[in-house]
Parts: sequence; C-alpha cells; structure tokens
Amino acid sequence: MWDLCTNALDTARLRGAAYGDVRVMHLRQRDLTTKNGQVGTLSQSESIGLGIRVLANGAWGFASTDRLTREGVAACAAQAVSIAKASALAKRSEVVLAPEEAYVDSWQSPFRKDPFEIPLETQLALLLAADAEMRRVKGVTLTETDMQFRKIDSWFASTIGSRIHQRKVISGCGIAATSFQGEEIQKRSYPNSFGGQHALQGYELVDSLDLMRNAPIIAEEAAALHSASQCPEKIGTLILGASQLGLQIHESIGHPIELDRVLGQEANFAGTSFLTLDQLNKLNFASSIVNVVADARLDHGQGLGTFAYDDEGVPGQCTDIIKAGKFRGYLSNRETAHLVGLDRSSGTMRTESWNRLPIIRMTNVSLLPGTWDYDDLLADTNDGILMETNRSWSIDDRRYQFQFSTEIGWEIKGGKKVRMLKNPSYSGITTEFWNSCDAICKLGHWTLWGTPNCGKGQPMQTMGTGHGASPARFRNVRIGTAFSNQ
Amino acid sequence: MKSAPTSKKASALASELLPERELRRIADTVLHLLKSTAAEDTEVHVDEVANALTRFANNAIHQNVAEHGLTVSIRTVVDSRTARATTNRIDEDSLRATIEASLSLAHSQPKVPNLLPMPGKQRYRTVNRFVKQTAALSAEDRARAVRRACDLAVKKGQVAAGIFSNGQSQSALANSRGLFAAYRETHSGFSITMQEGSAASWAKANSADVRTFDPLKLAARVGEKAHLALNAHELAPGHYTVILEPAAVLDLVGFLFYDFAATALADKRSCLNERMGKQLFGQNISITDDVYHPLQQGAPFDGEGLPRQRVVLVDRGIPKNLVYSRAAAKAAHKQPTGHGFALPNEYGEAPMNLVFGGGDSSVDRMVASTERGLLVTRLWYIREVDPYEKVMTGMTRDGLFLVENGRVTGAVRNFRFNQSLIEMLKNVELLGPAIRATGEEAFEMVVPAMKVRDFHFSEVTKF
Repeated sequence: MWDLCTNALDTARLRGAAYGDVRVMHLRQRDLTTKNGQVGTLSQSESIGLGIRVLANGAWGFASTDRLTREGVAACAAQAVSIAKASALAKRSEVVLAPEEAYVDSWQSPFRKDPFEIPLETQLALLLAADAEMRRVKGVTLTETDMQFRKIDSWFASTIGSRIHQRKVISGCGIAATSFQGEEIQKRSYPNSFGGQHALQGYELVDSLDLMRNAPIIAEEAAALHSASQCPEKIGTLILGASQLGLQIHESIGHPIELDRVLGQEANFAGTSFLTLDQLNKLNFASSIVNVVADARLDHGQGLGTFAYDDEGVPGQCTDIIKAGKFRGYLSNRETAHLVGLDRSSGTMRTESWNRLPIIRMTNVSLLPGTWDYDDLLADTNDGILMETNRSWSIDDRRYQFQFSTEIGWEIKGGKKVRMLKNPSYSGITTEFWNSCDAICKLGHWTLWGTPNCGKGQPMQTMGTGHGASPARFRNVRIGTAFSNQ
Repeated sequence: MKSAPTSKKASALASELLPERELRRIADTVLHLLKSTAAEDTEVHVDEVANALTRFANNAIHQNVAEHGLTVSIRTVVDSRTARATTNRIDEDSLRATIEASLSLAHSQPKVPNLLPMPGKQRYRTVNRFVKQTAALSAEDRARAVRRACDLAVKKGQVAAGIFSNGQSQSALANSRGLFAAYRETHSGFSITMQEGSAASWAKANSADVRTFDPLKLAARVGEKAHLALNAHELAPGHYTVILEPAAVLDLVGFLFYDFAATALADKRSCLNERMGKQLFGQNISITDDVYHPLQQGAPFDGEGLPRQRVVLVDRGIPKNLVYSRAAAKAAHKQPTGHGFALPNEYGEAPMNLVFGGGDSSVDRMVASTERGLLVTRLWYIREVDPYEKVMTGMTRDGLFLVENGRVTGAVRNFRFNQSLIEMLKNVELLGPAIRATGEEAFEMVVPAMKVRDFHFSEVTKF
C-alpha cells in the first residue's frame, strides 16, 4: 500500500502540488438484521481504494479511485492536481496549513473478540432469540434486531513525510419492539435507538448488552405505552437519560463547535453556528457544573470518535470545549487552527471512506461526569419528568432552537417514578438549556454512546461520533411542545 | 492473483464510464464462476459511478472533489437461503472470494420461508437520461460558473456558498435465469445560498441535463431574495396560512414515500394502515409513482430486475394503491409493481419516483390571494414526531416572508413547525404546476408549490 501512496504523492508533486496527502483504505462490513423472527438483511461487503488531496496554486483538489494500478493511481493524482488548479480560478486567498510533525506509526484499536471470527450462526442465533423474546409479548406488532461490524484499515501518507497505518474494529448491536394499536404506533429500543449501541470494540460489545434480559422489558414497555398518560405540556424540571443526553450534546454542542461551520464553509448545507469567533472564552455556554471535552484519545474510552491520528495525519487530542460553563474551544483542522489563535490543529479531520475528502468532524464530544448518584438525583426531584431513548431530533441551522422527543417518559413526584408517560418531548434554546443544568450523575452512570449516523459534507458523508454522558437534570424546560397543537 | 476479466482502460481513469458490454462481461464472469458451486440461483449487480462536485463558500471554492468507483454485488440462493456479498475488486480471485462469502453467509442462516425463485428475462421500456454535455462538464467549467456567481455576490456585498456537481452512473443486473437489465444516466446540480448580514436565501436545481439551469440566474434571484430577508422581525407562533415553494413541499411530503410500501403496511408501521380507500387528503391531492415521467430520473427496473410500473398511489385524496416487491405481492395475492429493493432486506419496496398532481396557480398568484400568511422558501432538519398521524417537526430556513393583503411585506424570524402531513394535505387551497424539485431532506420528486391553511408553527428561533 505504501507504494501506491508514494506513487500518488510523487505524481502530485511532479504535476505541481505544493502539498499532498493520500489515504488508501480497505473497509470490510457485515450487516445482520432480523424482523418478526426471520432474517432480514444478511450481507457482507468490502471496498478498497485511494483518495488524494493536494494543494496546487494555493487551492485544494481531491480525487479518488478504486483502480489501484500504477497507471490508475497516477491518473487519479494528476486529476487531483488538475482539480486544484481549477479551484484556483475561484479563490480569494491562499490556503495556509498549521505546522505539523511527520509521524511514522502503526496503531490498532483494542478488541478482545474479532466480530468477523465469530460464527455467523452464533450471531444470528442471538438475534433470533432476542427477536423471539420480544414477540412473546402481547401487543407487539413488529420486532427488529441488528448487528453491524466493520474493520477499517487505512494507510495515510503525506508530502511532509508521515506514514501512518491504523486498523479500527467497530461493532454495533440493538433491538426494537413496535406496537400498533388503535391510532397509535409506539416503539421501544434497546440499548438505544439508531440500531443500538456502537463502539470501537469487538464482539465483546454484543456480549455486554444482555439482549435476552432486556428484550421482554422493552417489548412490554412498547405495548404499555398505549395506555400510559400523555406527557403534559408545561415548563418544568427535566431529567434526561444518558443516551438522550448524548444526542443533545451531539446536536447542540458538537455541531456548533465545528470550525468549518463557524467560518461559513457549510452555509449552504449543514448550516452555520451561533458560536461566532467573538464568543470564544467569553460565552457562558452552560452552568458552572458543566464540563465538555472533545477527546479522541483511547484514555477517554473506545468510542466512535477514538483514533490515534486523524485523516490529516494529526494525533488524536483532548480539547476543552466547555470548562466550568465557559465556552473554551472549537474543533479545528490544519487549515482553520490559526483563525482561533491555535498554532496546531485539534486533530478532527475525518473521512468516511477512501472516496471522500476529510472534513472537520466530532470526535468523542462528551459531558464529563458530575457528582450525583442516580437514585439521589431522582430522590432530590420533587416534580419532574424523566425522558429516555431518542425518538426524534431537530435543531435549526445555527444550532439555537431544538426539539427532541423520546420513546418513553416517567413522571417524577416526591422523588419517585410514579407513572409512565407517552410521547414525551422537550424544546429550548441551546445556551438557556445548558445554563439550566443543576445536576449531573457521577462516573458510575456514565456511558460513551456511539452515534453512527452523523451526516455532513457534500457529497454526503456518514460518520460515527462518540458522546459520553450520564443522566442529568435541567430546570425550567419547555416540555410537551411536539404534541401540542395550540 | 489472476488478471482481471476486464481491463480498466486508461481512457476511463478520470471520468468516463466503462462500456455496457464490460459490465455485462463482469456479470457473465460471475455467473460462469458460480456454475461450479452449490448456488441454485445467482444474481449480480454491477454499479459504476463517476462523480465530481465543486463546493464554494465565502465567495471562493474551498472543496473540489472527484470520484470513480465500481462495485460488484452477488446474491446467491442455496437450499431456500439467500445472502449478498459485495466487493469493488474485480479480479477473478476477488470475485471468487466474494462468491464464497455470499454462499457462506447464505449457509449460515435458517431456511427462508416462501423464498421466491429469481425472475427470468424481462422487457423494459427505454428511458434516455444520459446527456453528453452533462458528462463532459469539467472542473474548469464548474469553477468558471462558480466564479461568476461569487463575483456577483461580491458586487452586491453578499457572501455566496453552494455546490456545482455533475456525474454519470450506470447499473447492470443479471441473474442465472437469463435476466439482464442495464441503465445509465447523467446528473447535475447547482445549489446556492446568498448571505447578506444575518439574512440568507437559497435555491437549488437538479437535472440529467446541465443545460436546463443557469447558475448565474439562480445566483441573481437568490441574491435579490437574500436582500429582502434582511431585518427579519419576530412573529408569535401559531397557525398560519403558508405558501410553500416546491422545495419546501418536497422536503415535507418526501417523508410519505415509504408509507406506500406494502411491506410497511404488513409491518403496521405505515400511516396508511386502516386508511386505504378512505378520503384521507383533500380532493385536489393525487400522487403517482412514475419513473417514466419526463422530469424523473432512475432506472426502469427494481432491485430484482422487474420493470417498474406506473402506480396511482392517491387519487383525488384517496389512497388507492400500494407498491409491491415480488415477496410482498405474493403475500398479499397481488401483482408485483417493480418497486422492490435488492434482496435480502427487511423493508421490501418503496415508490422512489413520486409525482404529485399540480394545479394552475403560481407562487405569485398564491401571494396575491393571501390576506395574511407566510411565504416559505425552504424547510430544514425535518423529523418524524408521530409516525401514524405523520406529525413532522422542522425549521424554516433561508427566507421566511410575511404576506399581507396580497403582497410580501417583510422578512420574519424562522419558526419551528409541528405539523401533521395528513392534516396539511387536507388543507391545500392552491397548487402550482408540478416541477422537478430538489432539496436536502428528500430525494428529488415532481411536486407543485402549495398554499396551505392552518399550518402549525410552535416556536420561534433567534434569527
């Protein structure tokens, strides 16, 4: 693979590139699903190819190919340079990259059980058994289970001399029960919606989930939701379960700190950000108990945003985003770092595949644990609503105003869960919401959730991001708006 | 490693597709290799893309990409079991390995009840959606057009962002029962956002033929609208009459497409469960699925190679028909309609070429007929809140305007909506002509602008 990389970079230099980086990537994927007791999807795929990004005449060009011959790679590199020169026809300034060292390294994400070595029969048997457990519950009309596994090898090389090989093993698994009764569809998922939990782990992730114990629980909840009370509409106290809080972090903190959005580079598609450059180190983003980091290091956990190097050859790092409530940092790359006074990229350039350009993405953007025991948090709440497991999510294109709904809610009265609520939802303005946070649970309740479906860029790229969170409480939140029609 | 069954020619390295006969040769190679295996039935998909996209922001190109890729996807059937394996390596050893992977996957599962034999040879209507001028558009061509749009923005004191893309793709599908289908098309798109201060507006065009839109004209129109969007003031949330431009209609009604899948009804996750044949929408709402419509794109065959049929889904407000894959059709004692996804999958089928019936109004006439309402350019981040009542939430974006006494009187801050699509399609007062619309939340469809009463905005944002 290194020969292909060298060939591409040499061609780019000869054609006039001042800088180039190249990724050869080999992606393997296995997908298994069941529905109503039968196998749904059963597929395996592999894809290998090369993408090269170059700077020529002060502008960017990128080309990719699956033709991994000497001629194919050379033509691809030449095309990238030609595209860069075309870009220069409509440039306003020269691209300047923050300095970075050259690295020669090899890294593999840790895993105990290679999911591709586990017999398919074993994997399907578990899914079908969990599916059957859910179908035993009266009132359940649709059962679904899934597993996805990926193994990604990437070989990165750049004209500054880096040669980095990384191998990542990613697993995902989840189950869901749906119930249609009367004029209502209710659904419960475990351990999360979006196909469950996803992490930079091997098959041990699946082992840890205990699908068989949880399958009947969510099935019974899906059926019971029909007779639950409607979530009231009010301004009140909200407790979010950890997975829902993970998505809240993703949408209202993770996206607005992407420096490409802040600088207008996503204005036509993903949108911009309320976190304009003048807000850095000034904005009271959240209450003083809120601390958020963007951490790609393995020390933070095995999340979908964990890696040794980003796809620009910059080592994974931990960046303070919110410290004691104050807004402290953005997600940057080598091109944008200097715009916020940094002398180095924060290492967040990521690509979906060999045929996509690396762009600024979330790594693991996590809310650090607080001090509360979960039971104490509930006991301390006299009147509130607990919401768990995302059902819908939406936020405006500058990331101010959001609305989320969850699969299930629980009314809290006098420190106890007193009744199930259906169709829970809440909404708000990002900074007002985070400033209303008055309790965060401790490390023992903290999970590094995986969001596997973050879409960004044109052409669209889907990326996995990590979000560590523990249950937390928010005051004076607008609750129940999604189902009000006033 | 043995040599590839086809040579990837140097002339095709940058942007040209392989000749159709080369795709057929790859498919034949796979089918030939499978003859010596235990596979009872085999299906091969060969798909190739050559795409390019120029992205601009802050009045300059900041990303500019091109890709070429070819995949071979093999489905085998063994003893009432089926599975799929896919690769983008087309040397013979890799194809053999992919065949083995498909067979191994198939063997690993229980028998699939009612698994149908693959279909035999089919006849297809010809559709011609390959435009040489689109395929030939170069990075320089795109850059010059972007430069002109950006120069216009600079001249007006505005900031432009967007994309200009073009590409070509082709697919071939063959199976061991003699079926062969092939299709190729070109595609192009131009999208532009113009920002002026804190105001913005947007437009997007998409076509097989890049000559059908003029990037500079779009830029000029959007620039004017962005200027009108300045000084937005806040209105109270509530129910408003709205005039939805076609892109806004598309991104909303696009969420209805899977509800017309027979499998979705069988799974009881469609909003049409127990509502077929009833007057669900207004009498001015008719929807067909029609891949042959001149403004549509896409292959005239489905994931199993069946010819796509034109299906009337909604006739004057009444849901009349669903679309069926072969398996769904058999289960429902119906005929398949040519809308199945590639097997194996759990979703069955879907109409992918929706065409809404239009009317004889226009956005201007809708505005002129409105005493008080809102003109909506575009909607954003739309998600389903209630799957049965089909309540959707989302935001307005890039140009929301107040209409008073028949004319646009100013810009308004963006709203969040929570609106049932079923209720919305009961409340359509006027329809424009149906056009090919393109947005960011749904795939392209043929839809009209709509004037809708009692559209529910629940909250307002800060801009």
